[in-house]
Amino acid sequence: MNEMKVPAPAGGGGQTASRPAAAETPAGGEVLRVEGVRKRYGGVVALAGVTCGFPRNTITAVVGDNGAGKSTLLRIIAGAEHPDGGTIEVNGASVRFRSPDDARSAGIETVYQDLALADNLNATENLFMGREQTRGRSLLTFMRHRSMRRDATRIIRGLDVRIPSVRIPVEGLSGGQRQGVAIARAVNWGSEVILMDEPTAALGVAETAKVEEIVSGLRERGMTMIVVSHNLDQVFRLADRIAVMRRGELVDVLDASATDGQHVVSLITGLSATAAATEERA
Amino acid sequence: MNADSAPLGTNRLYASFTAASQTLTRWGKRTVHDVGAGLLIALVIEIAVFWILSPNFFTFRNMTDGIGRGMVVIGLMAIGETIVIISGGFDLSVGSVSAAGAITAAALSNAGVPFLVAILGALALGLAIGTFNGAVTGYGRINPLITTLGTLSIVRGFAHLLTGGREQIIDDRFYLDMGINTTLGLPNIVWVLLACFAVLGFIIPRYRFGRYMYAIGSNDRASRLAGVRVNRWRLVFFGVSGMMAGLAGVVTSFRLGTAAPNFNFGSELAVITAVILGGASLQGGRGRLLGTFFGLVFIQILRNGLVLLSIRSFWQQIAIGSSLIAAVLYDESRRSKLSRG
Repeated sequence: MNEMKVPAPAGGGGQTASRPAAAETPAGGEVLRVEGVRKRYGGVVALAGVTCGFPRNTITAVVGDNGAGKSTLLRIIAGAEHPDGGTIEVNGASVRFRSPDDARSAGIETVYQDLALADNLNATENLFMGREQTRGRSLLTFMRHRSMRRDATRIIRGLDVRIPSVRIPVEGLSGGQRQGVAIARAVNWGSEVILMDEPTAALGVAETAKVEEIVSGLRERGMTMIVVSHNLDQVFRLADRIAVMRRGELVDVLDASATDGQHVVSLITGLSATAAATEERA
Repeated sequence: MNADSAPLGTNRLYASFTAASQTLTRWGKRTVHDVGAGLLIALVIEIAVFWILSPNFFTFRNMTDGIGRGMVVIGLMAIGETIVIISGGFDLSVGSVSAAGAITAAALSNAGVPFLVAILGALALGLAIGTFNGAVTGYGRINPLITTLGTLSIVRGFAHLLTGGREQIIDDRFYLDMGINTTLGLPNIVWVLLACFAVLGFIIPRYRFGRYMYAIGSNDRASRLAGVRVNRWRLVFFGVSGMMAGLAGVVTSFRLGTAAPNFNFGSELAVITAVILGGASLQGGRGRLLGTFFGLVFIQILRNGLVLLSIRSFWQQIAIGSSLIAAVLYDESRRSKLSRG
């Protein structure tokens, strides 16, 4: 049946202190890798051959201006779009995603910007949607309500998401609580890699902080996250690595602890730091 | 509980009484929650009014025949309609499909097929038309209103074409017997309706069928992204609705001993009104089978009461149409209050 796979917290526990720098990560430590991925919509080149590796147990922020190709890249990794060329590797093995289902079975889960929750269903029902725990078979396949409720409560508590009850419809929850449920669902499905598109775009300050806390917590549990965000402050708070995109190309992947906002902005806009400085002086 | 201070019997009686009353209170609360206080209050007022105005209203015979027997056909269609509406669809074709089901069963029966097989034939035809509706709405991405408005007309047209517009008398006595006979005081066809409510009432909370009905109606895109095969489930929901309509057609034949292509013409109005009164949301994702049951009772008492008072039948149409609009207005006002609060 649909057994739950909650990834055990990675052993050692001290990863945060000794996070491997992006540049030094060996290829073997990459849980996900895109190689020369291309995509065009009619005459518009959305991705012009992007190559990037994502080391296990890191948070990579993907930044760039509107139309830089961030979302397209994310959608291709999520299986929602098909690349025109290039390959995707998961744990070193080449994969082809025909649908989000394929990506999901490869351990890649997406938390969508609009959360993709069913408002009339409660947290438990949303958490297990499409993967209900059941007993019996064929015509006597019953759902295991109690077991799902128990597991949902455990998972949500484990992520430190605070909701009044797993039994009320999620339309009654706040934005942050809903985001928490959406993330809990991704975690519940035993994913190694979680993609997030603007996870806090619609949230207030306190709720944003809460969600960031949850996302950081997932890294402690050994997960790999790719986060698209427009909020550079957030990027620096969360990310280990910053992948900068411009006009469908990956400009650079920076170690978040070894760069600053100005440099990132200059890469996003395409004006080199020195050129910007020259302009300033002029 | 202290058994020494009071006679044991009293204590036990008291305990079982409290337990029973607690259970009843819980049931009552759940019913009010599922059905909605508005409809229940309206129902009480409705019953009171007809009780006062008509001496024949609150009689056993009127309860079992006028109301019980009278609501079966609409009720069977309303069960299917509830499933489709909760799942975010809409089925206008139920009346036509019921006519198609009736003439199919009649034709099979008169050709010498055993009645049970003939009835299964009607159900199969309903299932097929319903599945077609589901396929066009799901895979074809056509608005369900348009799809089922189309099949409403197509199926009714074929029904007239294939019968030459004539009523067929069914030779098998089983049909009329089913329509007339009673079991344990209730008409057999009322038992058929109650059985269908019971079966689906059992299935919906326990099977994925029910879960996905709400999930898809609530957010079909989210369901698809979660790996639910949305279009395949739509076939099931519309298919069940078609099957229930086919059964409704057979039951119409039970009552009349005949099958005619104009059976249940225009019955969609009462069916949809019962479902909406019962609290199902046209946006999908919300509604209860129990609500539909009470909506059905409300509609049938309205029709029955107006007949008892010898009010011209056109007033029935006006009354049902008004309740439909009132129900939607009530629902809207409650929803906007919810979202504002």
